[in-house]
Amino acid sequence: MKKCTFLLPAIGVLALSFSLPVRAEDGIVDYSKYGDYAKYGTVKDVPGACSYEAIAKKHYAGRTLRIIAHAVPVLGEPADLHAKQFADLTGAKVDVVHVPFGDLFQRVMIPFQTNQEAYDVLFYGSLWIGDFHDFLAPVPKAYQDVSGMRDVTKTHKGIATWGDTMLQYPVDGDRHYMKYRTDVLENPEMQARYKAKTGKELRVPKTWEEYNEVAKFFSGWDWAGDGKPHFGSAEVTKRDDLMFSAFISRVAAYAKNPNVKGGFFFDLATMEPQVNNPGWVKGLEMFIDAKKAFPPGGGNFGLGDEIFSFGGGQALMSYSWDDAFIQATEPGNPIRDKVATSPLPGSNEVWNRVTKKWDHFDIPNQVAYETWGWTSAVAKLSKNQDMAFDYLCFFSNEANASVDLKIGRFGINPYREAHFKSQYWAGAMDWSQKTADNYVGTLNWIDKSNNRVFDLRVPGVNQFMTAMAAGVSQAMAGAKTPQAAMDEVAAEWRRIVDRIGKDKVREAYANVVALEDNER
Amino acid sequence: MRGYKYLFLLPGLLVLVSIILFPLLFTIRVSLSGWDVNQPGLNWIGGENYARMLSDNRFWEALARLDVMAIGTVLLQYVLGFALALLVWRDIRCKRFFRVLFLVPMMTTPVIMTVIWRTIFSESLGPVNDVLNRIDLPSVPWITDGAMAFISVMIVEVWQWTPFMFLLLLAGLLSLPREPFLAAAIDGAGPIRTFFRVTFPAMAPISISALIIRFIEASKILDTVYVLTSGGPGTATETSSYYIYIRGLRDFQIGYASALSFTYLVIMIVTLTIVAKLLARVLLVRST
Repeated sequence: MKKCTFLLPAIGVLALSFSLPVRAEDGIVDYSKYGDYAKYGTVKDVPGACSYEAIAKKHYAGRTLRIIAHAVPVLGEPADLHAKQFADLTGAKVDVVHVPFGDLFQRVMIPFQTNQEAYDVLFYGSLWIGDFHDFLAPVPKAYQDVSGMRDVTKTHKGIATWGDTMLQYPVDGDRHYMKYRTDVLENPEMQARYKAKTGKELRVPKTWEEYNEVAKFFSGWDWAGDGKPHFGSAEVTKRDDLMFSAFISRVAAYAKNPNVKGGFFFDLATMEPQVNNPGWVKGLEMFIDAKKAFPPGGGNFGLGDEIFSFGGGQALMSYSWDDAFIQATEPGNPIRDKVATSPLPGSNEVWNRVTKKWDHFDIPNQVAYETWGWTSAVAKLSKNQDMAFDYLCFFSNEANASVDLKIGRFGINPYREAHFKSQYWAGAMDWSQKTADNYVGTLNWIDKSNNRVFDLRVPGVNQFMTAMAAGVSQAMAGAKTPQAAMDEVAAEWRRIVDRIGKDKVREAYANVVALEDNER
Repeated sequence: MRGYKYLFLLPGLLVLVSIILFPLLFTIRVSLSGWDVNQPGLNWIGGENYARMLSDNRFWEALARLDVMAIGTVLLQYVLGFALALLVWRDIRCKRFFRVLFLVPMMTTPVIMTVIWRTIFSESLGPVNDVLNRIDLPSVPWITDGAMAFISVMIVEVWQWTPFMFLLLLAGLLSLPREPFLAAAIDGAGPIRTFFRVTFPAMAPISISALIIRFIEASKILDTVYVLTSGGPGTATETSSYYIYIRGLRDFQIGYASALSFTYLVIMIVTLTIVAKLLARVLLVRST
C-alpha cells in the first residue's frame, strides 16, 4: 500500500479533471452537470486571472464559502450555478442561502450589526451601499486590475465605490429606459389614425405629456389585430414592489434640472427634502394621469406584471429595467423584432429649486436614471476573503457574464464596455442588427449622459423609499392630492433625517450628488 | 420535601422562561432602544418610540382596519363553517369525502394560495373578470380599488380559514349528546327550532373557543396582505402586522417596530379578553 501513495495526487488530479466544468481540449464550458444552460449557446473560457483555468489552480478543499443571495432565479440561480462550478474547480464547499427580496436587507444587516460572521459573500441591491459600507471589505487592487473589472464602465465603477474606495464587486448594471412597439408607432396606418384624431404626429414620445397622450390614445382597443383589447402603458405601480423606482423615472424629467447642481432628492446645502417641490408634484400628477392608459389591474402592477404586460404584447409602451425588453426579444415571442428602446421621456418645463421657477427647455430635458441593480461584496469580518473575492472574480468572468446576460431570468444586465457594442447582442443573442443597434444606442446614451440621477444611496434608504412609495400610492389611489401626499412625504423625510443625523445623511448624499453632478 | 417539588418544576420553568418570557422581555427592552439601521444595539431612549407611536396615524389606521377585517372574516368563517359542519354532521352521501374536501384550503400553504388568488383576481388575465365579461357584466377592480381590495383580502382569508372553523365545530357537533335532540324531536320541534333551542346553545363553549382562536389568528394577518396587495392601493389594506413588518424588517427600525409590536400585543390581549368575556356572557347565558 505504501508503494502506491505516490499515485494518489495523480488519481486526484485525474478525478478532478473528469469533473471540471470546462473541456480541456478546447476550453468550452461544459454545463451538462449543472442544467440545460448549453441551449443558450457555446461559451469559451476567456484567459485571465478569473478564468476557469486560473481558478482551477486554486485549492480551497476543506474550506467553506458562505453566500447569501436573492431567491432563485433572479440572481439566485447564477449564484448557485457559479457556486457549484467554483466548488468543482477549487474543492471548496460552497453554501448558498437564498432569501426573498423583502427579507434580504435585514438578513444581511442583522449579522453586520451584531458582529456575526454569517456570510462571506453578499449579493444585494446596490442602493444599500449607504447602509452597508462600514461592514464591507474593499475590493483588493489585484481584483480591480483583472481584465473583466477593467472593462466595467465608469458609471458602474462609480456605483460600486463609496468615497474613493471600491467596496462592491460589479456583477450587474441597471438603468431605466422606455420600450415601445415599433409595429404601432412606425406603422403609417396608425400614424394617420393618430393624426386624424389628435392633429399630431405619432412618434416615439420625447416628453411624458406626449407619452401619456399616445398611451391614452392606444388604450382599450385592438391595435395589435389579435382580437383582444390592448393598452397604452404598463408601469410598476404596486406599493413596496419597486414602484419608487418607476416614480423616480417619471419625476426626474421635471425635477432634475441640468443647470442646478447640488441635489435632486435633497438640497445638499440645507438637506431640505425636495420631494414636495413643484417638479416632483408635477411628476406625480403625470403618473396619476397615466392611469387612464393602464391595462386592467395596472394600478397594482409589480415588476413581474409590467414585464409580462409589455413582454406579452398587452401594452404599447413601458419603462423600467431591461427585463421586459429582453422578454419581448426572446426567440418565439410573437412581438420579437417589433420592439425598440428609447431613453426615458423628458419635459420642456423643468423646476429650478434655486430660482423657484420653471425653466423652459426647447429640447426636452431627458434624464438618465442609473437605477439600482444587483451587486456583490465581501464581508469585512469574513475569514475567507481570499476565497470570497476569487468566487466573485470567477462569477463575473467574461465567459460566465456572457451566458448570464443571455438568460433573462438571471437578472444580469450590461455593465461592461463589451456589453455596449451591438455586435455583442446581434451575435450572442441572435438579435436582428436593427434591434441590437437600437438597444445599444439607448444603453450608450444613458451611460454617457451628463444629466443623470442615481438612487438615494444614504443610510436608511429603505425608510426614505417606503415613505415615498406610501405617499405616492395614496395619491394614486385618490386618498390624497399629489401636493398633500408629497408634503407628508417631505415631513416624514425630515423626521428620518433627524433620527439618522443630518450630517451623516449629508455626508452619504454628497457621494450621490458627486455622481449626479459628474464630479466623479 | 418542598424543595424537591420546585426542583421537578425547574425544567418546565426554564423552558417557559426561555421560549416565552425571554423573547417578550427582550422585545420590551428593544422597544426602549433606538435600534435602527444607523444605531445598532440596545442604547436607552426611554419612551421615545412609544411617544412617536401615539402620533403615528398610519399605525392606528392600520389597527382600525385590522379590527374591521378580523371581525368581518371571523364572523363569516363562523357562519360558513357552522353551515358546512351541520351539512356533513347529518347522514348525507359521500360524507367522508366532503369532510376531507372542506379541509383542503386549510392544508394549503397560505403564501402559495394567495399567489393563486392573485392570479384569479388579476384584472387583465384572471378568470373571474373573464367569466363576468362573458355574461356581459363589467370587470371588477379586485385589487386596484381600495374597497374591493379590502374585500378581496377578506375573501381569501375566509376561503383559507373557514375549514378551521368547520373542523372545530364539526368536532363539537359530533361530541354532543343525543338525548336533547331526541327530546326535542319527541316534543315536535322542527329543524330550525331544534337548531336555535338545542344545537346552537349546546355548541356555545366550542363556539367561543373557535371564535377566540380565530380572532387571535386573524389579528396576525400578514402573508395574504403581503402577497395580494402589499397593503395597497394607498394604505387601503395595510394591517397592523404588515405595517410592523414594513417598519421593522423593510425600514430596519427595530426599536420602533418592537414598540409597535408590544403595544399591539397589549391591545390584542385586552381586546380579546373583553371579547371572550362578552361572548361567554352572550352565548353561555343563552345556553343555560
